[in-house]
Amino acid sequence: MEALLHRKIFRKNPVLGYMHMSLAFGWFLLIVVGHLETMIAEHSLFVPFHKAVFFRYYEGFDEFFLSGLFSFLMDFLLLFVLSGLMFAIVKRFRKKLFGLRRTTHLKSGDKIALTSLWLIFPLRLLAESTSAAVYHNGGFLTSGVGAAIDFIGNPAIFYYPLWMAYSLSLGFFFVALPNSRYMHIPTEVVFIFLRVAGIRLKKQNDSYTDVQVFSCSRCGICLDKCQLSVAGIDDSQSVYLLKNIRNKNLSDEKLFNCLMCGRCQVDCPVGIETIELRTVQRIESTREYNSSYDYLIQEVATKADVVYFAGCMTHLTPRVISSMKKIFATAEEDVWFMDEVKAPCCGRPLMLAGQYEAARKLIENNSRMILDSGAHTLVVSCPICYKVFKEDYKLPDVEVVFHAQYIYDLIHSGKLSVDTSNQRMVYHDPCELGRGMGMYETPRKLLGRIGEVVHMKDEKEYAFCCGGSLGNLKISEDKRKLLRDQALVTYEGFSPDILVTACPKCKKTFAAGRKLKVFDLAEIVAGAICVDSLSKEKEILEKQEADCYAVEGL
Amino acid sequence: MSQFDFLQPKSRQIEIEQFDDRILTYVLEREQSFLTCISCGGCTATCSAGNLTSFNVRKIGLSLRRGNINDLSDEVQKCMFCGKCTLVCPRDINIRNVVLLIKKGIAQLETEKTL
Repeated sequence: MEALLHRKIFRKNPVLGYMHMSLAFGWFLLIVVGHLETMIAEHSLFVPFHKAVFFRYYEGFDEFFLSGLFSFLMDFLLLFVLSGLMFAIVKRFRKKLFGLRRTTHLKSGDKIALTSLWLIFPLRLLAESTSAAVYHNGGFLTSGVGAAIDFIGNPAIFYYPLWMAYSLSLGFFFVALPNSRYMHIPTEVVFIFLRVAGIRLKKQNDSYTDVQVFSCSRCGICLDKCQLSVAGIDDSQSVYLLKNIRNKNLSDEKLFNCLMCGRCQVDCPVGIETIELRTVQRIESTREYNSSYDYLIQEVATKADVVYFAGCMTHLTPRVISSMKKIFATAEEDVWFMDEVKAPCCGRPLMLAGQYEAARKLIENNSRMILDSGAHTLVVSCPICYKVFKEDYKLPDVEVVFHAQYIYDLIHSGKLSVDTSNQRMVYHDPCELGRGMGMYETPRKLLGRIGEVVHMKDEKEYAFCCGGSLGNLKISEDKRKLLRDQALVTYEGFSPDILVTACPKCKKTFAAGRKLKVFDLAEIVAGAICVDSLSKEKEILEKQEADCYAVEGL
Repeated sequence: MSQFDFLQPKSRQIEIEQFDDRILTYVLEREQSFLTCISCGGCTATCSAGNLTSFNVRKIGLSLRRGNINDLSDEVQKCMFCGKCTLVCPRDINIRNVVLLIKKGIAQLETEKTL
């Protein structure tokens, strides 16, 4: 049912939703009701398929049970489909009316299928109308058009050519279907069934990747969502990725020219896992040259309750590290800073580059270190690391916590107290944390305790990418700047005091941009820690001193 | 006199006739920004892998330009793709892509012997 209705397009764009529904659902009903009609007319449960489709051709004079109602219904459904078709034709030539800025470039197979699809329904209307004119029956629509045909000339002349044209266009469409984007009609049903059944993509190409690839209808909704078009890149978007996989002509330049931000995946009406699919293609394309990292040696782990893994990117934003240290010290946690001096990367950047086998080597090394420390919690301050630690590391009995959650828990349990201010903050959702891991609310709740978080239109799953994404290996720095400015200009429109993010990479990218000051969550919290809790140690010292005085009786 | 030669620098002479520029042209065709490299070494200073082993991004660039494919193929395997080098590069060179292209180029050389 979902395959026919596509509620997701409706929510996004009602006109487009109506267009698809009238064509898909309308046609489906036309077939089903037509079949029922034939079954009743023939008094049989089994009727040949062609008889139902060309019912009006075979059936002429006979009146049968509910024939009036059926001819009304069939005419109504045909009108329903034709109205959708009208929208489709207008859309093809005036896409801006539909709120679409870009649509997909079609290949010739698509054009043949599209033309025959467009011809099917008008021809069906004309053919049925001539039948109606010949036999003087038909519903409100066909009898009307039939009368018009009767007015022009003898309907019997048009009778055979029109029915033939209709059946030819149907034939053309079904012949062109497997080679065109309309392959999504049969495949999508399978795909939705498999997806609901819980099948997921593996790290290599299999039949499920094919199912996803063939399910793409190339509607082009992902094109408008993709930020790369701002930078003038318009050949590597998800729809073209799927098309290239299908045609087996995917080049590295296109495959790696994607931010992997996941904005396209949010709005895909079919629910194709565009990002996961691209990752699989990257793994396949770089399989021959994975690194072994033989130089990695097992360092000695320090025993602690909590392990803190800052990650490569955080090391380029030292203020985040010092803020985390301050937070750990204030909360008096027993922390081992795992990569303070040196440690391998978490492996996520390698995953994004498709070097899955190589990433596993780093993962194994890091996992052993973390397990050796005997810690029960692993705190990370980088969403890129967080995603890979959560998804690809196997760490039994170790809870992987993102620093936003960790700090929030500390405040909640009273180990940390923060001052409030009336700062207006815009929170930028990092791709890997938001769309990647689905964490939207925790950072907002945490910031809400300190200041005011401004609500925006493009936030949460619709948030921009900062442009600095590690997912894209091909984009030039100049183009990255265009993407960054797109996000920054939008944020500046809300005139916040500061911009807050939860990712060192986003912070670094934005900080090089305009005047807006950028901070990490940890910095905001560390700056807002109550003086009381900061001077806890001092207090203890003073108390000891006072006790000493008391003992000495002064 | 051999005492003075403690650094034992290798010969830096380039034999024009034997200069192997296959990987270099392969990379430059696809990543022009590498042309602007000034070999400042910022990438090496920040490198995560360089912190763990004797990996040197700047030397990768040098070997690439000098056509030392043998040196390259061993060295380039050590990169972890973390992207810090790209972030600190003053010339905005897409170093991750350069390394990926070298890896790919060498893999293709090994399998097909042509590029």
